[in-house]
Amino acid sequence: MRIGVPQFPGSCDEVDALLAAGKVGDAELLWHRDRDLKGVDAVVVPGGFSYGDYLRAGAIAGLSPVMDAVADFAREGGPVLGICNGFQVLCAAGLLPGALLQNQNRRFVCRQVELVVETTATPWTAAAERGQLLSIPAKHQSGRWYAPDELLAEVKENDQIVFRYAAGGNFNGSLEDVAGVCNAGRNVVGLMPHPEHAVDPLTGSADGLVLFRSVLEGAAHAA
Amino acid sequence: MPHVRILIRPKAGILDPQGTAVEQALPQLGFAGASDVRIGRLVELDVADTSEVEAMCQKLLVNPLVEDYEVQVDGVAVEA
Repeated sequence: MRIGVPQFPGSCDEVDALLAAGKVGDAELLWHRDRDLKGVDAVVVPGGFSYGDYLRAGAIAGLSPVMDAVADFAREGGPVLGICNGFQVLCAAGLLPGALLQNQNRRFVCRQVELVVETTATPWTAAAERGQLLSIPAKHQSGRWYAPDELLAEVKENDQIVFRYAAGGNFNGSLEDVAGVCNAGRNVVGLMPHPEHAVDPLTGSADGLVLFRSVLEGAAHAA
Repeated sequence: MPHVRILIRPKAGILDPQGTAVEQALPQLGFAGASDVRIGRLVELDVADTSEVEAMCQKLLVNPLVEDYEVQVDGVAVEA
């Protein structure tokens, strides 16, 4: 299993994404100008500040050459995970529903959060249990997930809410405590907190590993 | 070349934390009676062909899910 991690100017979590991916398979860095994904089996769009996040978070990266390739890969059913800025990029690229707005309290927040796994019917949560709590870090200033009423209804109807902040833990003001969603095809998942920073008990939690284990087990089934 | 101004604002009903901060700061400075403060963005550019502005807005400059916008060409508002 090879996981590709596209790097944009301003990405800063690609090394941890590679490290986390490396725990379940081989990891490979992809460059934002690349137009092919070098045959990887899954893609993790990392956190950071792609292209300085000028204009809007993720807006410019969403239109980069490598994201064209990721969009094609996603359309063919390939598993794609977007973390933090990667989530913003996938929303900006139209691969995930909704938008990420400035936190309600206007602050950059960095803290350990508890997430509830709301669905296991995605390649990134298949090895988890519904209702399972994951303790992983969050660090962002624009993580308030929002969708207009009609879109929210559709997302709920299709069981596309993948992660919620545990009761009382919604620090950014996200609609309905949403921390992560998937596309209608269920293969593209995005979340604001960082599972790739929680893959070793030495750093406080290894709860993030279940996402990477999920995609590995999915690939093993498919083979 | 035509000078284009694009006024981008958060859609009505969407919480605007920047606007809220300013709304709270104004009375502290003695300016009572300001409400509904909303903060958006202004994009100014010169373009050879104004017929491309709409596509620029839709593709990059505006997120139509959460933002409204208004285009002015040489100071005159045009239909979006």
